[in-house]
Amino acid sequence: MKPAPFKYCAPHSVPEVLELINEHGYDAKILAGGQSLVPMMNFRLVQPAVLVDINNIPELSYIEPHENGIRLGAMVRHSQAEKDPLIKEKSPLIHETMPQIATVQIRNRGTIGGSLAHADASAELVVVSSVLEAKFKIQNQKGERLVPANEFFVGLLMTSMEPEDLLVEIQIPALPPRSGWSIKEVARRPHDFALMGVAAILTLDKKDRCTEARMVYLSAGDGPISAPEAANLLIGNEITPELISAASEKASIDEIDPGSDIHATAEFRRHLANVLTRRALEEAFQRARGGK
Amino acid sequence: MENTFELSVTVNGTSYQESVDPRILLSDFLRDGLGLTGTHVGCEHGVCGACTVLLNGAPVRSCLIFAPQVHNQEIMTVEGLGTEDDMHPLQEAFKEAHALQCGFCTPGILTTLLPWLEDNPNPTEDDIREAISGNLCRCTGYQHIVDAVKLAAEKMN
Repeated sequence: MKPAPFKYCAPHSVPEVLELINEHGYDAKILAGGQSLVPMMNFRLVQPAVLVDINNIPELSYIEPHENGIRLGAMVRHSQAEKDPLIKEKSPLIHETMPQIATVQIRNRGTIGGSLAHADASAELVVVSSVLEAKFKIQNQKGERLVPANEFFVGLLMTSMEPEDLLVEIQIPALPPRSGWSIKEVARRPHDFALMGVAAILTLDKKDRCTEARMVYLSAGDGPISAPEAANLLIGNEITPELISAASEKASIDEIDPGSDIHATAEFRRHLANVLTRRALEEAFQRARGGK
Repeated sequence: MENTFELSVTVNGTSYQESVDPRILLSDFLRDGLGLTGTHVGCEHGVCGACTVLLNGAPVRSCLIFAPQVHNQEIMTVEGLGTEDDMHPLQEAFKEAHALQCGFCTPGILTTLLPWLEDNPNPTEDDIREAISGNLCRCTGYQHIVDAVKLAAEKMN
């Protein structure tokens, strides 16, 4: 089990990367952390003719404040994000998510941008960036564009990026005041791919009425799956245990589309979604009430 | 070979210059290229942890890194930990607590734990189980490994 031969390129700047991927198109693959790409290459599921290693571009590893939120260079490694004080302060949801991602050996190597560009529907960051309404800065030789999360993830392991595009930055907007958040997942073994998971955000007004609700699910379809109808049950209302139960049922029955596989049946995944949504909404609600 | 990479790398304090095919995994380079067979190759897709080595001090899966990616960097393998006559306290603890049977997973567990014990000198059992959660052992049921890590923490303090 060894990768097929490829031409190895290790450029030292973003313009050099853009030139290479523009020249080679679908024949080239970008190597970020490699924690998903290299297993696929070892199995020869992916056989790029040209491998463009972007690990020698240190300027893609920043974590900075940005419009009350933060922005991250695409090559920020999971372990870097996990320990970063700015992320802890500005985006506690990301901070709490990081240790749940894979194992320490993977987190030391895997990158935020690589995970997002890989767009695995069971990846925590895909769901978290969706629920946070992150924006993705994409560059090619013609220029750059900013793509919102709901236009970035387009299907199974698919983003809206073209072969000549490079994801360079992820922007995480700040949450409104009185917002609470939560991420809940179930995996057979700690750090393994989750059978089901949900990231939730609730925002309350001064009278504790819900003004905004977002739930996004992992392992529930081809990509990050949101539950706008369940969110609509919450919005405009006072959050009660009954309302949380109703929204959880709505999402788990009508809005997600989990598959059956060797690890779990679709029915079991829907059951998990129901329970996890309830727990996530309760936690998000408590945090929103306690928040400033 | 037309497609070779001139690799300079430091492994366990020794510098090496080798011409490598870029598709050679770091795990295979260490074993076949340098003869450092302490690094074990299990699943070859980042699940089992047997191939864990330290890259600039941090544990990584050497089966998920191509050899050219460690150009001008520092690797430490289990061979860098100690020798049969002069074992590292972590290795001594594994021996004393019977933390291995077949020993296949042991190098990956030791390299994972070395930096971790420096950051976590007084770990609880839950901490230890979390720390080794990226390393599969099919013999021990983990209990003796947990015991060994507690013993190692005492020895290293």
